[in-house]
Amino acid sequence: MDWLNALLQGTLLGGLYALFAAGLSLIFGVMRLVNIAHGDLIVLSAYIALSFGVSLGLNPLAALLLVVPTMALIGYALQRLILNRTMGEDILPPLLVTFGLSVILQNALLMGYSADPQNLQAGAIETASVNLGPLAVGVMPVMVFVTAIGVIAALQWMFYHTALGRAFRATSDRQDVAQLMGLNRAHVFGLAMALSLAVTALAGVFLGIRTAFDPAAGGARLIFGFEAVIIGGLGNLWGTLAGGVILGVAQTLGAKIDPGYQILAGHIVFLIILALRPRGLFPRIDG
Amino acid sequence: MPDALMSLQALNAHYGDFQALYGVNLTVEPGEVVAVIGANGAGKTTMLRSIAGLLRNAPEAIRWKGQPIGALRADQVAALGIALVPEGRLLFPSLSVEENLVIGGQLGRKGPWSLQRVYDLFPILKERRNQQSTSLSGGQQQMVAIGRALMANPELVLMDEISLGLAPVIIRQIYEALPGIVGEGLTAVIVEQDIAKALSVSQRVYCLQEGRVSLEGQSQTVPREEITRAYFGV
Repeated sequence: MDWLNALLQGTLLGGLYALFAAGLSLIFGVMRLVNIAHGDLIVLSAYIALSFGVSLGLNPLAALLLVVPTMALIGYALQRLILNRTMGEDILPPLLVTFGLSVILQNALLMGYSADPQNLQAGAIETASVNLGPLAVGVMPVMVFVTAIGVIAALQWMFYHTALGRAFRATSDRQDVAQLMGLNRAHVFGLAMALSLAVTALAGVFLGIRTAFDPAAGGARLIFGFEAVIIGGLGNLWGTLAGGVILGVAQTLGAKIDPGYQILAGHIVFLIILALRPRGLFPRIDG
Repeated sequence: MPDALMSLQALNAHYGDFQALYGVNLTVEPGEVVAVIGANGAGKTTMLRSIAGLLRNAPEAIRWKGQPIGALRADQVAALGIALVPEGRLLFPSLSVEENLVIGGQLGRKGPWSLQRVYDLFPILKERRNQQSTSLSGGQQQMVAIGRALMANPELVLMDEISLGLAPVIIRQIYEALPGIVGEGLTAVIVEQDIAKALSVSQRVYCLQEGRVSLEGQSQTVPREEITRAYFGV
């Protein structure tokens, strides 16, 4: 029964990892940008929620109403003012700039909030659970998982059924021809980054409720996000959810064997999948 | 003299150190079809890419209704009412046929062209509307590329080598559709290597040779030997 419980917890944890990964997958899909600062932006969201909690007395879940648009605005500005200047045929310059951004964010958070671990207090919902037969399921993990499914379904629908999604796909296909259609590439990229960081805001707040975080916590989140994206297959949003779940299950089962194996087990499963299926389990067929 | 719809005034164009166009002068009056002919590498595509805003190194040399537009981005040029049917068609592979057409009209300019009118012009596209654009034949892809440009309801359409790589029967089909396209007050610049086709649909013709205008004249009256000389430089 313990194993079944670990499997369930791992699956639910996968929802959080899918949220880490969805934003990464989105911007890589639209503009071939590898965002090394993604993990730090997740942590930044948690700190912004913390500040809203302190200054306005908001529960972190209520603070999402402010954190999501704040991060979306930061994303749009970041893309238009900094990253767009580096975008071109070569994917290396933007990658280096996001690496620099990662260092800057970590140090700015360190200056602003110190190195002390912080936590977002969401109240009774954090410990609430329901009993499914012999298994106790936390309300919060279920909420995170359901949110992940909702976010991915919404992104998928947006991509294939809206004018914005059409613009994203067209720009991803051929940037210069998309310009001929009247699409301003700089604006389209800005919107993609805004959307990516809006999802990141959800991930950051859920992370902060689940565990303690500090300014250096971003690196591991970036890796988990990358692993989920690559296991699922680049450019496949539902694959990203599957990748998150596989990673989450590997970690909780590893922890079941020995608590020290939790992170390692996830990396090993990632490595095995990368070796056997370098394009991920569900690679995008078209393009 | 009133301003032309579009004019090039001593247009130079470069790719890095390589100069592709040398002082090209060209005018397009409202409602006319202008053909631009020339051998491979004469600078025809460079000229169209410059007008469309994809190649920006001559801010003053390109004029739209008298105003310089050479510094504008491609999306801003598109918003003025200039559409390009690019060489090689360049459809969006992850969009369906219908989505490729719809995105052409996404600026929302008013005019005679709609999805239905494009389907009336090229009925085969309606049958194939939900297919991936890359699954179509070359001729059908060219129809999508033309339809996509028309969906923008442009005032000026630039067509780059629309017969390139297509079977003669398809080329005839597309050229038979052209009068119906340009009959509606639409102005066109048609770049072609096929001299006879270009002359048959145009009122005026320019010939480019190694980046310079080597001939300008009325399509119906300019002597063939002059064209041959301008085209091949012999």
